[in-house]
Amino acid sequence: MYAIDYRDGGTPLALDAAQAAGAASVTLTIDGRSVTVAAGTSVLRAAALADVDVPKLCATDTLKAFGSCRLCLVEIEDRKGFPASCTTVVAADMKVRTRSEAIDRLRRNIVELYVSEHPLDCAGCAADNHCELQNAAQAVGVSSSRYAPLAAAASAPLKAVIDDSNPYFQFDSSLCIVCSRCVRACDEIQGTLALTIEGRGIGSRVAASQGESFLGSECVSCGACVEACPTAALSEKTIVAKGVATAATKTTCAYCGVGCAFEAETKAGAVLRMVPDRAGLANEGHACVKGRFAWGYATHADRITKPMLRERITDPWREASWDEAIAHAAARLRQIQKLHGPDSIGAITSSRCTNEETFLVQKLVRAAFGNNNVDTCARVCHSPTGYGLKQTLGESAGTQAFTSVRKADVIMIIGANPTEAHPVFASQLKRRLREGAKLIVVDPRTIDLVLTPHVRAAQHLQLRPGTNVAVMNALAHVIVTEGLVNDAYAEVRCEVASYRRWKAFVAEARNSPEATEPISGVAAPVVRAAARLYAAGPNSAIYYGLGVTEHSQGTTMVMAIANLAMATGNLGREGVGVNPLRGQNNVQGACDMGSFPHEFSGYRHVTDDVTRRSFESSWGVALRSEPGLRIPNMFEAALDGSFRGLYIQGEDIAQSDPNVTHVTAALSAMDCIVVQDLFLNETARYAHVFLPGSSFLEKDGTFTNAERRISRVRKVIEPLGGLADWEVTVRLGEALGYPMKYSHPCEIMAEIAALTPTFAAVSYEALDRLGSIQWPCNAAAPAGTPTMHVDQFVRGKGKFFVTEYVATRERSTSRYPLLLTTGRVLSQYNVGTQTRRTANTTWYSEDLLEIHPDDAETRGIVNGGWVGITSRAGETVLRAAVTRRVNRGVVYTTFHFPESGANVITTENSDWATNCPEYKVTAVEVVQVMQPAGWQQRNRAQRTAPRPATESSP
Amino acid sequence: MSITVCVPQDSGALAVGADNVAAAMARLSTTSGLDLRIVRTGSRGLYWLEPLIEVQTTAGRVAYGPVTTDDLPHLLASDFLSGGAHRLRIGDVEQHPWLARQQRLTCARLGRVDPGSLADYEHHGGYDGLRVALKLTPQQVVNEVIASGLRGRGGAAFPTGIKWQTVLDQPAAHKYIACNADEGDSGTFADRMLMEGDPFSLIEGMTVAGFAVGATRGYIYLRAEYPHAHRALLRAIAVARDAGYLGADVLGGGRAFDIEVRLGAGAYICGEETSMLESLEGRRGEVRVRPPLPAVKGLFGAPTVVNNVVTLATVPVVLARGAAFYQNFGCGRSRGTIPLQLAGNIRQGGLVEVAFGLTVRELLYDYGAGAATGRPIRAVQIGGPLGAYLPESQFDTPLDYEALSDIGALLGHAGVVVFDDGVDMLEMTQQALEFCAHESCGKCTPCRIGSTRGVEIVHRIQNGAEPAAALALLDELCETLLQGSLCGLGGMTPFPVRSAIKHFPGDFHRHWSAH
Repeated sequence: MYAIDYRDGGTPLALDAAQAAGAASVTLTIDGRSVTVAAGTSVLRAAALADVDVPKLCATDTLKAFGSCRLCLVEIEDRKGFPASCTTVVAADMKVRTRSEAIDRLRRNIVELYVSEHPLDCAGCAADNHCELQNAAQAVGVSSSRYAPLAAAASAPLKAVIDDSNPYFQFDSSLCIVCSRCVRACDEIQGTLALTIEGRGIGSRVAASQGESFLGSECVSCGACVEACPTAALSEKTIVAKGVATAATKTTCAYCGVGCAFEAETKAGAVLRMVPDRAGLANEGHACVKGRFAWGYATHADRITKPMLRERITDPWREASWDEAIAHAAARLRQIQKLHGPDSIGAITSSRCTNEETFLVQKLVRAAFGNNNVDTCARVCHSPTGYGLKQTLGESAGTQAFTSVRKADVIMIIGANPTEAHPVFASQLKRRLREGAKLIVVDPRTIDLVLTPHVRAAQHLQLRPGTNVAVMNALAHVIVTEGLVNDAYAEVRCEVASYRRWKAFVAEARNSPEATEPISGVAAPVVRAAARLYAAGPNSAIYYGLGVTEHSQGTTMVMAIANLAMATGNLGREGVGVNPLRGQNNVQGACDMGSFPHEFSGYRHVTDDVTRRSFESSWGVALRSEPGLRIPNMFEAALDGSFRGLYIQGEDIAQSDPNVTHVTAALSAMDCIVVQDLFLNETARYAHVFLPGSSFLEKDGTFTNAERRISRVRKVIEPLGGLADWEVTVRLGEALGYPMKYSHPCEIMAEIAALTPTFAAVSYEALDRLGSIQWPCNAAAPAGTPTMHVDQFVRGKGKFFVTEYVATRERSTSRYPLLLTTGRVLSQYNVGTQTRRTANTTWYSEDLLEIHPDDAETRGIVNGGWVGITSRAGETVLRAAVTRRVNRGVVYTTFHFPESGANVITTENSDWATNCPEYKVTAVEVVQVMQPAGWQQRNRAQRTAPRPATESSP
Repeated sequence: MSITVCVPQDSGALAVGADNVAAAMARLSTTSGLDLRIVRTGSRGLYWLEPLIEVQTTAGRVAYGPVTTDDLPHLLASDFLSGGAHRLRIGDVEQHPWLARQQRLTCARLGRVDPGSLADYEHHGGYDGLRVALKLTPQQVVNEVIASGLRGRGGAAFPTGIKWQTVLDQPAAHKYIACNADEGDSGTFADRMLMEGDPFSLIEGMTVAGFAVGATRGYIYLRAEYPHAHRALLRAIAVARDAGYLGADVLGGGRAFDIEVRLGAGAYICGEETSMLESLEGRRGEVRVRPPLPAVKGLFGAPTVVNNVVTLATVPVVLARGAAFYQNFGCGRSRGTIPLQLAGNIRQGGLVEVAFGLTVRELLYDYGAGAATGRPIRAVQIGGPLGAYLPESQFDTPLDYEALSDIGALLGHAGVVVFDDGVDMLEMTQQALEFCAHESCGKCTPCRIGSTRGVEIVHRIQNGAEPAAALALLDELCETLLQGSLCGLGGMTPFPVRSAIKHFPGDFHRHWSAH
């Protein structure tokens, strides 16, 4: 079922994209009305544009015209018969009649045929009043079918056999009208091709995979089929249980960095379902199992909605009022500063919170704490992206809009797994690949994109973890030595000296694919073929993820990527570019907002006097010009006693940061930790003050996605704890003696715009008007900037950096012979705080260790058995998944569940420039064991203990 | 000096024991010390005479038929190996009035050649067409086919040359020739006979088509029910490839063409060209919306010539003997010859290739010699299960595309099925709708649901319940099927239904009076 307020145009904008590209407009007449539309438009869509309603069932504007229901038949002058308006393209001076006696009779008869199988027993149906068959029947004036008695006599009516295996939606075959919209949605929109029509003729039935249940099939539960269903055959269980929603609010998803636009549908003040917004420019009406379905955590019983305090972290929590909790936190923080100096406290902003909230936290630190000790969780994911791209191109952000991929001819994916981690973008990517674009995958694992239905990577560079830079240099070596560079571009657009220096460097024999093969494990011919493919383009785009950044050479690798794109001229237009796939909803925004200790908003260094003065004059305080502590420095300082107070908004550092033992030791050493979160997370074990957070449904604000797109987050329900996160920070500032007066987040955005040149023209009014805006957005680009570096690089001339490969200290040894790398699965999200509290656990309920069959065999490890994983940092125990997705010598796991403790074993190695941890390479040994590790058993025992205070209090 | 005896290996002959006859002859060869060379040919198409064996004598070929193993001793005693007299002796089969009156162009080699022998094929004019084509430009080849007036023999009768021109005009890296060999119409067998009896003619025709439009690869979509045709095609393709008629450099002319055979899985709808393309691509056989036409966007999204077996097998004749020669046959806009397939309740069934213009009556009586039961012929269905029924009053209609269209009928793939006066046309109506219901791909609503509802309406008429209302609803359903269906399956089911109701109303009203 569509969003409750959606008006369907019937077919996509143009039936034939090629035709539309050269599109002149065409004027035709529909029922006497003249209408002008783009060439390639269907008659059905033209009619919709002319406000002429043509009944239809199989057509919808997110899917290619299919022409099966035959309801949208029309008459066209000088054409015989009754062409289907959905599959007929407009022509100049065409005269269309959508109503006539003959048309009406045909339509009635067709609806009667439908109704013979699917009686109009609408009362009590989940789709009542939103059912397209019901609407069509009303439109053509059919309430019963002359065929029905025949059908009833001939065969038993279709029995309702409901497949409710999926936790979020159900399939009732008896309500299905076999329009194939679900099948086509799975094919065309999602690209999983899990659904099909089984049987033929009247026995045709929708089936998941080969006659399996939806849950047991290849279905990835994106929900595109459910939304595409015109009847209640596929329905959200919430709708079946509670009926259709009555109101809808446009907002933005709070999961990954794709930043899908949604309509939150509500009834009686409660969310009923999330429907992707078809007008949303990041997702164009698509969604994934997390965004569409996994929002139940927001009202989960585990939510803490009252502030809590305790003296020592060994004490039980006690509830407190907001006033008491905030006064207490402020007093403790000020006391620490009094005793240990102004630099003894700091804060961590969250990539999960809004731009406005993030901006406020860093403002609080700089203006009220009086230091620059603010850092963000982006430290541990994309900080090398910010630094590397700033140095080379001049801006700390991806260069393209997601839609740019539609014009890419060659797509290189490095250290990213879009079908799991950025599924909505992956669907768009796969669509382009099905159209014929070539794919290069650089990944230690055989990710789905290497070989999935209708998609096959042209080259898979299955490198050893930690050898990214060596492989990148080898690619560059081939491009330079074989003369495949674009000198005309690079010599004009970039600093020539740096370009030539780089060319000379990569051309050295030690960077040849043959020389790097023993290092990376990637055969030289594969590297050469990939290099030639990338250089041939003509439009080659790179998409990368944390498999690039989370290394000791993360920044070097980002620079190497930028080098390659500049050298081949693949920057500054659609279809090309360097595109970091951001892990969290607002990583980009958190970085933009000045969350780093050395930068104000818009990536301006704290030593920059002009910038600093503008903030000082706006904020009315003197600001420090020396950078503050990074997260790892905070831990070091905490252990040496000089850093003792920390305000953490929406990040679970005790689970997500590397070498957990080290982190928790640091946390335990502090005097006051204030945690603001939805749940009592792992970090809250070490906290003294707990302030209830608010979910994205409970507040206004903005998120900025991976394509620099600023989208509005709108309040759908009231904050469960009574305050939105930004209000909490305001109150904390007040209590610290630094009042920040805002009545609405739009005022915070006004301040951001006033202080940040790249945001100068951003306002809530502009966002409402334009839907969303890609920064830079200012006087020069009032509607934003989809593609960056078009005429010149932001830094003027692009700069090449020599990217010497330096092996990580973390290498396989006889003691730790395997290399562990990490990633995500589709159904779970990061440390699982949200997704673990939804039915997404149906698909993935514990982290598994992937290990190659040969490595498993030599260790006696069997699929599903317990395995102990030991690194020099720690040990943990997981179940094994024996699979050839990983190479020999490599093991892999996810980090979604706290009890797995993937980060107990990751080390303190980090990027040389940004301290981004080297999560992706840890030398380990894996052995067969009988039970979980000791710390895991202790944790489990703690977790099962009843939670004090909160639940028992009235 | 050995004696050559031709024993057909055609499915129609095999069905009546040709293999047994061939085996018995082979035994004779060893036990009686006779030096027999048994050649397994295709069938001449005189099916009531099968197994029809032909002995190569000094005076030419002498035919005997229908021959069973029991007849062999007596035939031997009659010295049939020298053409001796016998009650089964036909003599020179080509002088048989049934054959002598035909104009065999497409099917000229049927029964005369060894389908596995390239030399035999070449000896009988094979590959002359390709050699002509190789000397022409692609456009000249297309012009020749246009000028011949050849139209699609699969049933749609679209001008072949025009289709080729469309494909030739498409700028594309890949193009394909797709041969529709999913011959599924009731009472049709011309495609099968050609593939079993003269497979090289199809291979040659596809090769010419490939050159004409710039395709380097051809696919034959063959119905799985034709195992003998499958074997014959695979053997002939291998032979042609070995001889350089297929492959990377055909006949040293620098142009590539090769052919792959793919088997269907028993769906009539896959004979519809867009469903066939879906099936060839490995998908569920489901009709595609047109446009785009397959000639613009066909197999694997590339411009594709989709032609029937008879059409493609006719191309070599057109090239070898010239467009003018071919165009000289026929009448009106139906040019050339048409291999009619006479079947059903008929005394002399088989293949009748003649110039367009023969009347139905001439076919039924001059060739068919009346119903097999000896009773009056009451109706014929032309063009397969979706063709119209013709009553005796329309038997003087000429068998050409336009003349049949004028009376609301169609020639289709030129199958003619005969019914005597024992036929119940209400039952035939039921069968037509049941066929549609069984073979519907399930994509469009009128056909998916309507066909089954139609069967139910016929049951209702048979039961005599509210017959007038039922007939009116059936007519409305026919209109919906005709105007609303996505392809010819649903769109043509009204032809047999409505023609039966129109011409044989008594069969529909009989049940009313009974109640």
